[in-house]
Amino acid sequence: MTYITKPKLHHPTLACNAIGFTRRDYEGKISTLCAGCGHDSISAAIIQACWELDIEPHRVAKLSGIGCSSKTPDYFLGQSHGFNTVHGRMPSVLTGANLANRDLLYLGVSGDGDSASIGIGQFVHAIRRGVNMVYVVENNGVYGLTKGQFSATADQGSKSKKGVVNTDSPLDLVGLAMQLGATYVARGFSGDKTQLVPLIKGAIAHKGAAFIDVISPCVAFNNHAGSTKSYEYVREHNEAVNRLDFIDVRAEITVDYAEGEIVDVTQHDGSIVRLRKLSADFNAHDRVGAMNYVHARQAKGEVVTGLLYVDPDAHDLHEHFNTTEVPINRLGVKELSPGIAALEKINAGLR
Amino acid sequence: MTAHRSPLTAHESDLRARIEATNDFVVKFANVNGSGSASANELFARSILRMGVPVSPRNIFPSNIQGLPTWYEVRVSERGWLGRRGGVDLMVAMNPQTWDADLTEIEPGGYLFYDSTRPLPASKFRDDVHVLGMPLTAICNRTYADARQRQLFKNIMYLGALSVLLGIDADEIQRLFAEQYKGKEKLLDSNVRALELGREHAQQHLPPIGLHVRRADNVGDKIFVDGNVAAALGCVYGGATVCAWYPITPSSSLAEAFQKYCMKYRVDPETGRNRFAIVQAEDEIASIGMVVGAGWNGARAFTTTAGPGISLMSEFIGLAYFAEIPVTLIDVQRGGPSTGMPTRTQQSDVLACAYASHGDTKHVLLFPEDPHECFEFAAQALDLADRLQTPVFVLTDLDIGMNQRLTAPFVWDDARDYDRGKVMTAEELEAGKDFGRYKDVDGDGIPYRTYPGTHAERGAYFTRGTSRDPYARYSERGPDYVYNMERLLKKWDTAKSLVPQPHLRGTSGEARDGVIYYGSTSPAMSEAIELLGKDSLVLDTLRVRAFPFPDVVGEFIRRHERVFVVEQNRDGQLRTLLINEFGIDPARLVAILHYDGTPVTARFIAGAIGERVRRAAPTGRVAS
Ligand SMILES: Cc1ncc(C[n+]2csc(CCOP(=O)(O)OP(=O)(O)O)c2C)c(N)n1
Ligand code: SF4
Ligand SMILES: [Mg+2]
Repeated sequence: MTYITKPKLHHPTLACNAIGFTRRDYEGKISTLCAGCGHDSISAAIIQACWELDIEPHRVAKLSGIGCSSKTPDYFLGQSHGFNTVHGRMPSVLTGANLANRDLLYLGVSGDGDSASIGIGQFVHAIRRGVNMVYVVENNGVYGLTKGQFSATADQGSKSKKGVVNTDSPLDLVGLAMQLGATYVARGFSGDKTQLVPLIKGAIAHKGAAFIDVISPCVAFNNHAGSTKSYEYVREHNEAVNRLDFIDVRAEITVDYAEGEIVDVTQHDGSIVRLRKLSADFNAHDRVGAMNYVHARQAKGEVVTGLLYVDPDAHDLHEHFNTTEVPINRLGVKELSPGIAALEKINAGLR
Repeated sequence: MTAHRSPLTAHESDLRARIEATNDFVVKFANVNGSGSASANELFARSILRMGVPVSPRNIFPSNIQGLPTWYEVRVSERGWLGRRGGVDLMVAMNPQTWDADLTEIEPGGYLFYDSTRPLPASKFRDDVHVLGMPLTAICNRTYADARQRQLFKNIMYLGALSVLLGIDADEIQRLFAEQYKGKEKLLDSNVRALELGREHAQQHLPPIGLHVRRADNVGDKIFVDGNVAAALGCVYGGATVCAWYPITPSSSLAEAFQKYCMKYRVDPETGRNRFAIVQAEDEIASIGMVVGAGWNGARAFTTTAGPGISLMSEFIGLAYFAEIPVTLIDVQRGGPSTGMPTRTQQSDVLACAYASHGDTKHVLLFPEDPHECFEFAAQALDLADRLQTPVFVLTDLDIGMNQRLTAPFVWDDARDYDRGKVMTAEELEAGKDFGRYKDVDGDGIPYRTYPGTHAERGAYFTRGTSRDPYARYSERGPDYVYNMERLLKKWDTAKSLVPQPHLRGTSGEARDGVIYYGSTSPAMSEAIELLGKDSLVLDTLRVRAFPFPDVVGEFIRRHERVFVVEQNRDGQLRTLLINEFGIDPARLVAILHYDGTPVTARFIAGAIGERVRRAAPTGRVAS
């Protein structure tokens, strides 16, 4: 079924990755989002991560809900099948798709309205099930596409563009994800690509439910003074707990670090996530500790970013279900129908 | 033996009229939910079947786990009438809570079997009903020390007594025990003993009655199974690999049966790994979402639900219709609206399914009449969904789904392959075949699709619920939108020839009136036609098996002066569909409606139609 990717002829100045693709081969349609929208930077980070990881674009299935953020899968990986589903329900569609064919890479893109408001139920349950996926929420604290209403991640006390103060307490997606058993949990900032790209690469290499909350300012409706999701606010309050280097299985490890500052996490596929600690009292293997840490800083108005929790030995839904190695969408009547002899026995048992 | 005295014994009322019937009567068991009566009652039905006499049992149960009343109504009919008859000839009244109502249901001259351990005043009985008292509790308390045993064997004991009264061959019951308790000899022995105790008591103390089972040969190779099990097996044979569901009566047992059969037939013998994935989702929205995702990605997927689930699934059903994704939904209908009557039967989701979701939508519906068709239609729905790239609904109901029914054996042909529809392969893409996801290349309205991951450079597209051009590019241009909507209509026309065709029965043109019916109304309808025939009322019948309606349905209506549409809902939903789809004068379609939650009976249909024909009233919509 799979076709071997053929080497292509490219502009000689464009760098190719190991499978002969340039970064352009990972691009999609021209974005129709507002100039300066954080979401576009996340698309660029996804493109970069996939290119660097030598991923065959057609082996990715990208799914989203509805919103500006959910439009973005059209703007990257043009050779991948995409599915812009319905508002808040991407997780269930992704789960079903993943069950049908375990061989593809599942990338779910959603917004804070899509995942934390209307879709909170599906977000919660897809994570609980341990679906093998990369789930990215492009979090701007508002509904961009419907023109700036607060979403469920808007901080209490933050001010809308029209001056309305949000009185509801915010939903914290990374805290929830950790509590629900996501096995790779990170937070990034669309304004910090150097941090974001390795976070995405680590998530892609992870086998299990990987969740990344990316603070992604909405320049049209939530980038003003009084907003806690503006570029300025996040830059000022960003507290990165670690810096990540993603080391591919094939790459040689050359960089040296002072002892005690780094932690290597070897994931299922052999790749290594090398964490350079920036905060002495943070440990990305300690789920409960990480939850407490994030909440304590959040209470002080800080935005904790970095790889917050990782369990490199995670199990995914297919393991729980003990499904065949062969993707079940490839099974035919021979494998699926018990046949007429069995049916005759069944009939006999019903007399 | 405990001294007891019933106010009126069968002996004393011997002079009164007594129902005399062989192989044609109704026995109803009134029990308490959770008392273990279900298996004894099923044994009763099965033992009669083993004597070659058709039976049709029906569970009438509350939305509750323990303590509330339940009934099990068994119609014995050598002729093979499997619809509910109405009326009760022998009431096995084991539930004091419902005594009064149960008593009134008995036909004059009928029989009342009850536990006479505690004496009841004469006012608790009827003069025209023959009473059979048996001190079941006393016998059980005397025989068993354990409380649970006392309860369970009480059921077996009345089974024993009934076998004597009705002349059911005890050997048949013993054989059923032996099959049921194979390898559990202790259980087998104690059950046989309880049965014997019941039989002995009846032989010594109970008078003969006028109802009898006589060996016949009218069961043939038929099987006895409920529609949910049948549909689950249809999904196994039909190649469903993904099932996502959320528990709801009366559909849960379908998903559970699918699980059971998958564990048996779908485990790779070499690796021990599963060739299926079943998710009990967090709600019906997630269930259908998973089915949509799996269908999009090339697996055969289905969900099973009831009315409330359909309401929740609406948005996704519209997405699957518009984005053209194969989806199979099995709706085991129950009484609506809202939570309605969760444990009663109705055909009241027809319109909700036919036009589910906002915007202009129409969906394929299949209406199985019995478990045999549940099996076949479930398998066919998976083919149709792939072929038509759209949601396909199998509309069964509680009456078919949760009651064991005598039905033709399941059939399968090992040469049968799945119709996966129009899927463009990597080879075709490689050869340069033009791929427009929403382009009508064959003139049947059905476009080609590709599975994700097929080819490195070709065939990828962005699936969405927004409008698009034939190459799946986002478009809000009027002509693009209209092209697509018109193509969907063309596909709808194509569907007419692919769905199960209606069954026509009747005269060669002399009948002025016709009848249209569908689904679980079928057995009662067949019997009603015979009843009407005895009154010299002749009608042509058409059983609709699917929506969209093939043209013959419209022709049938046009050929008759008046057509009765028999349904189990309040508003005549299929009638509305017929009027809407064929643009027929509503006056020609007369609604015959039964919707109190009990399965429709032949007596009701024959009565309602007979009255209207005799009245020769001007035609029009008649509410019942
Ligand atoms: C069922 C339903 N309700 C409402 C909408 C309207 N709607 C579209 S996008 C959106 C909010 C999107 O917010 P978010 O997920 O945060 O995305 P953003 O635009 O901010 O990236 C809403 C409410 C819809 N499409 N569907
Ligand atoms: S409205 Fe906000 S979220 Fe939407 S594209 Fe513009 S900046 Fe981005
Ligand atoms: Mg948002």
